Amino acid sequence: MSDMAAPSTAPAELPRAKTDWLPLLLVPALGLLALPFVGSPSTWVTLTVAGLAMGMMIFLMASGLTLVFGLMDIINFGHGVFISLGAYATLLVLGPLAGWALEDSIGLNLALLGLCILVAMGVTALAGAVFERVIVRPVYGSHLKQILVTMGGLIVTEQLIHAIWGASPIPIPLPQSLRGAFVFGDIVMERYRVVAVVIGLAVFIGMQLLLNRTRIGLLIRAGVENPEMVEALGYRIRRLFVSVFIAGSALAGLGGVMWAFYRQTLTAGMGMEVMVLVFIVIIIGGLGSVGGCFVGSILVALVANYVGFIEPKLALISNILVMALVLIWRPQGLFPVARR
Amino acid sequence: MSSSSALPLAFDETRRRGGILTSLLSSDLPRSRALSVILFSIFALLAATPFLFSGSQPVGTAAKICVFIVLVASYDLLLGYSGIVSFAHTMFFGIGGYGIAIALERVSPTWGSVAIGSAAALGLSAVLAIAIGLLSLRVRAIFFSMITLAVATAAAVLASQLSEITGGEDGLSFQLPPALRPAFRVFSEPVFGTMINGRLLAYYLVFAVSLVVFLALLRIVNSPFGRVLQAIRENEFRAEALGYRVVAYRTAASVISALAATIAGALMALWLRYNGPDTTLSFSIMIDILLMVVIGGMGTMYGAVIGAALFVLAQSYLQVLMGAGSAALAGIPLLPNLIHPDRWLLWLGALFIISVYAFPGGIVGRLRQGKP
Repeated sequence: MSDMAAPSTAPAELPRAKTDWLPLLLVPALGLLALPFVGSPSTWVTLTVAGLAMGMMIFLMASGLTLVFGLMDIINFGHGVFISLGAYATLLVLGPLAGWALEDSIGLNLALLGLCILVAMGVTALAGAVFERVIVRPVYGSHLKQILVTMGGLIVTEQLIHAIWGASPIPIPLPQSLRGAFVFGDIVMERYRVVAVVIGLAVFIGMQLLLNRTRIGLLIRAGVENPEMVEALGYRIRRLFVSVFIAGSALAGLGGVMWAFYRQTLTAGMGMEVMVLVFIVIIIGGLGSVGGCFVGSILVALVANYVGFIEPKLALISNILVMALVLIWRPQGLFPVARR
Repeated sequence: MSSSSALPLAFDETRRRGGILTSLLSSDLPRSRALSVILFSIFALLAATPFLFSGSQPVGTAAKICVFIVLVASYDLLLGYSGIVSFAHTMFFGIGGYGIAIALERVSPTWGSVAIGSAAALGLSAVLAIAIGLLSLRVRAIFFSMITLAVATAAAVLASQLSEITGGEDGLSFQLPPALRPAFRVFSEPVFGTMINGRLLAYYLVFAVSLVVFLALLRIVNSPFGRVLQAIRENEFRAEALGYRVVAYRTAASVISALAATIAGALMALWLRYNGPDTTLSFSIMIDILLMVVIGGMGTMYGAVIGAALFVLAQSYLQVLMGAGSAALAGIPLLPNLIHPDRWLLWLGALFIISVYAFPGGIVGRLRQGKP
């Protein structure tokens, strides 16, 4: 954080990057702060688990967007449509395999969920590739045009979803064994939320490993810091970017599936509805930062849950307040990455 | 944004020998014969609608066009002239509508309430615009878009939740001041076959205020202030280096634009005698505004006129055409779905994308290219 701490003499080896702990402490601090207001500890645990699950789903949907922005300075307002598309893609699986959802077998139910996720990620990856080629590629470098054109892409794709699947909301069943809740004494944890937390954590850890332990991750991080330099060193940053864009779309599809089963209804506008939270999250986290996006998602979801419990009418305003406070504290977000 | 609407070539020239029309249009003439003809016909049609067409639908469409011209023109001040993308424009539109609705419904249906409601709405809009601007415009322009989106959504939720004030999802229906009610007669006999009643006065109130606000916006974008905005749009860094305070100018632009949108919202509520989340606050209206600005022509106030007129007409009449096409193609898979009357937004969306790529100046830019 402070430049004063940097050693003035050249060190023998590269100094380790300092971890910025302060934003990480925000989450437990927030939890502790909410405890006295919520009152009973068991309600608090229930709210916290529910908030974590919500945060994981938001993280899944937001992570791709923030990476794409960090890497190529592209802001995709049409990202929400991949969420909707991923959600609708579950119909491709649920149509022929509707029986699996009614079966009371955890194995079969989880297999169904897994299959939905795979198909949805495939569909949204493909859609992402097309979207990048047709919509985004001609407008590199101009934020204004990017916002406009990706909004146009959003409108057209939403309308296409209407044309293919019809305009009315479609109900989808949550697999049998994922319904209901685990109950430990007074503590109630919905099963599906636990599944969402597990999947979200798995994706986050997977992304962290990929970004920090592999060569591709190294290139992506380098590309976020300084794309020209990576290109000058002989790597094709374009190809890298296209794959990140596709991966980001696929992640949105994954988030869409989770979100769809959570809501249990499909509408073409569902992606755009949740995009508001996604934008708040990536602003809070710092555009381009995966870790910030993770912390931001949990922060936003927890605040929404606590405030929703204490004073329901303030729930949506609370997100804006969190964002305003964070921006006043750190104008570039919790973990400023992209310096453009 | 390469095709800027820079200084008209003969700026000083037109001003020196310009007549009353030139000064009304702030020396920013259409500069294309086709465009002049289209603009004049839109103006003439709007001015004479109540006498030309019978029934309430054409007048309703005309009033909607008037309101949307103001709304879109004020958005163009942000998007086209300042290069800022805001998604909170409907919020200000809604504030105007609710200002009128709440004052007339809760206080009394008089001109005093209209004044109080408008003044309160304008004040609230100005404060909100300043707050959003100062919070987000100083960071990065791109934050502004996302933050305005979040704030606008929150405002929409708030409006539907505070139902004891705003009427919630149902909105508010209210009585107008007596002079604007249909039962009010100016003359006992019809003039040119049309009864001069309160409804007609209401239409001309909407028309006149829209015209004045539009001309005022045209004046603002052609003032030195407007030139600075364009300079910032073209090159923020250079404008800053020349000594202009970018944040202050951008915030001022967003305040002016918010105020004009508030007036448009007030007019909309006055015309409909109703205000609710769907008529002024919904995100789909925001998308409509974007489509109108871009298709009409960004950075040209006249684009707002053409965009709004085209879009509102398309909304009312394109669907009929598409319904016919869809029926003709029945039997072929998927294709009838694509030109189903409810899918008209699909085609306007495609037109929007093509406009951004191929005609950044929209229809107006295209027309101006053709002729000097």
